[in-house]
Amino acid sequence: MSTPTAVDSARRPWLRTALAGAAPIVGALAGLAAIWYGVTYLVLSPQQRFLLPPPHEAFGAALGNPQLMGPMLDALGRTMAVAVIGLLIAVVLGVGYAVVMSQSAWAERLLYPYAVILQTIPILALVPLIGIWLGYSFPARVVVCVIISLFPMIANTLFGLQSASAAAHDLFTLNKATRWQRLVKLQFPAAVPSIFTGLRTASGLSVIGAIVGDFFFQQGAPGIGGLLRLYTQRLQMDALFTAITLTALFGVVVFAVFAALDRAVVGRWYGR
Amino acid sequence: MTILPGNFARADPRRGTEENDLTTSTRALAVDRVRKSFATGTVALTDVSLTLDAGEFVSVVGPSGCGKSTLLRLACGLETPTAGKVTTSAASTSYVFQDATLLEWRTALRNVELVDELRGAPKAERRAKALGVLELVGLAGFEHHHPRQLSAGMRMRVSLGRALVAEPELALFDEPFGALDEITRLQMQTELQTLFRLKRFAGLFITHSVSEAVYLSTRVVVMSGRPGRIVADVDIPWDYPRAPELRYEAEFAAIAGKVSAALGQHA
Ligand SMILES: Nc1ncnc2c1ncn2[C@@H]1O[C@H](COP(=O)(O)OP(=O)(O)O)[C@@H](O)[C@H]1O
Ligand SMILES: [Mg+2]
Repeated sequence: MSTPTAVDSARRPWLRTALAGAAPIVGALAGLAAIWYGVTYLVLSPQQRFLLPPPHEAFGAALGNPQLMGPMLDALGRTMAVAVIGLLIAVVLGVGYAVVMSQSAWAERLLYPYAVILQTIPILALVPLIGIWLGYSFPARVVVCVIISLFPMIANTLFGLQSASAAAHDLFTLNKATRWQRLVKLQFPAAVPSIFTGLRTASGLSVIGAIVGDFFFQQGAPGIGGLLRLYTQRLQMDALFTAITLTALFGVVVFAVFAALDRAVVGRWYGR
Repeated sequence: MTILPGNFARADPRRGTEENDLTTSTRALAVDRVRKSFATGTVALTDVSLTLDAGEFVSVVGPSGCGKSTLLRLACGLETPTAGKVTTSAASTSYVFQDATLLEWRTALRNVELVDELRGAPKAERRAKALGVLELVGLAGFEHHHPRQLSAGMRMRVSLGRALVAEPELALFDEPFGALDEITRLQMQTELQTLFRLKRFAGLFITHSVSEAVYLSTRVVVMSGRPGRIVADVDIPWDYPRAPELRYEAEFAAIAGKVSAALGQHA
């Protein structure tokens, strides 16, 4: 027999992968800062400048004020907790729902409409109702996160579970695989890349959900969304810009973490 | 060698339709006057009869869409005939798909292990078996490579390994080398022939290459265009192992010519 040749894959360390993934985002942030400066100094007249103080002033004032930053970071932590818990619940529910749908054509036909309805109802219309039913604190915020991030988990997981080729299914049929074996050894592994795609989308939405929840449900310790509202009402522009920026950074970090996780796990999974 | 007219002779004992049950102990597969039509109205096969004994390697050639894959799927029970009967005595049947159909997330070793895993074999046992098979198909040293890291030829070797690990009495091949480049293809033919000599499963091999069919087989069956029926059944005389140079001999060319002629008449 001959000596076959293999296409060897380069192995990148995880950290480098993460950094390489983050680089474009960092670049984009720098671009945004440039636009910000441009608008502040070139577009706005000095009298209007309070509407958009330059970044160094806005952040400088806020960052130098521990009385402001302490509560702000606490609030950000609480929002982060809501987002993460909401995301975890959405992942479990979404994957479970998709697995059930993947098991028969009629289950899919029966259950998919609910997922679509969930997706098409404007979430903001539901939020007041959630408040009335669940109160205006932590659980309600988590529920908003779950509802907003559930659909991409369901849709992507289902797509992945159905992505195995007909031939692969034939292989399992010929070897008399049980339904469970087919799910665990074929459908689910085939779905892993799609599940990560769903996770990336859902994680971003979950952050949005947490902030929306904060915004509407102000009972108990505030989240960053609650503070955003407060700063807006009080016209605290420095604090407002710092809070917005922190929130944006938080979203970027979450997205970058999941993008890196996606590349690392799926890459390894497929021996890339 | 027999070239049959459109209505094939029923006198030939190998495909005698009256006693097409698995009467002989060596009979691995009997396809008896099978017709297959699909819900779409497509008639894929009409009146197809074919028997396959242990130790035989039968190739089926025919125009694209004439029902060759359907015949294989009937042989292993993935499809049921609309009329007629398919019987098999094989305790174990393997199926090699056109594209290697490997699980991309599993290494070569774990792809080969899959069959025994589904049967619930103990891990140590199935691993040892899979390692042995991978060596047999020339993949020693590539056990831990993922399909993506292997060339097309190597992926097909993994697929052959996965078929062999089931210790099949009946092995079905659906144009397994169709997508390979010429050089790899010739090499794989030689190796499959070696494996056949070693394992002596009953082989049913679909191909659209006449030379591949003649080189590999003990018999070549020619099918007509859709709806498929068997229009010729050609015995191949040579023993195994067959040298690669056999392909360039006059007798080989003569037999291949006859197969091609039957194909051309009924395309
Ligand atoms: N599941 C199916 N449903 C409907 N038509 C099918 C199905 N499978 C195969 N066919 C049709 O049957 C014919 C024979 O198909 P196939 O056996 O795949 O041909 P071959 O392998 O010889 O190219 C084709 O016309 C194909 O379109
Ligand atoms: Mg085919």
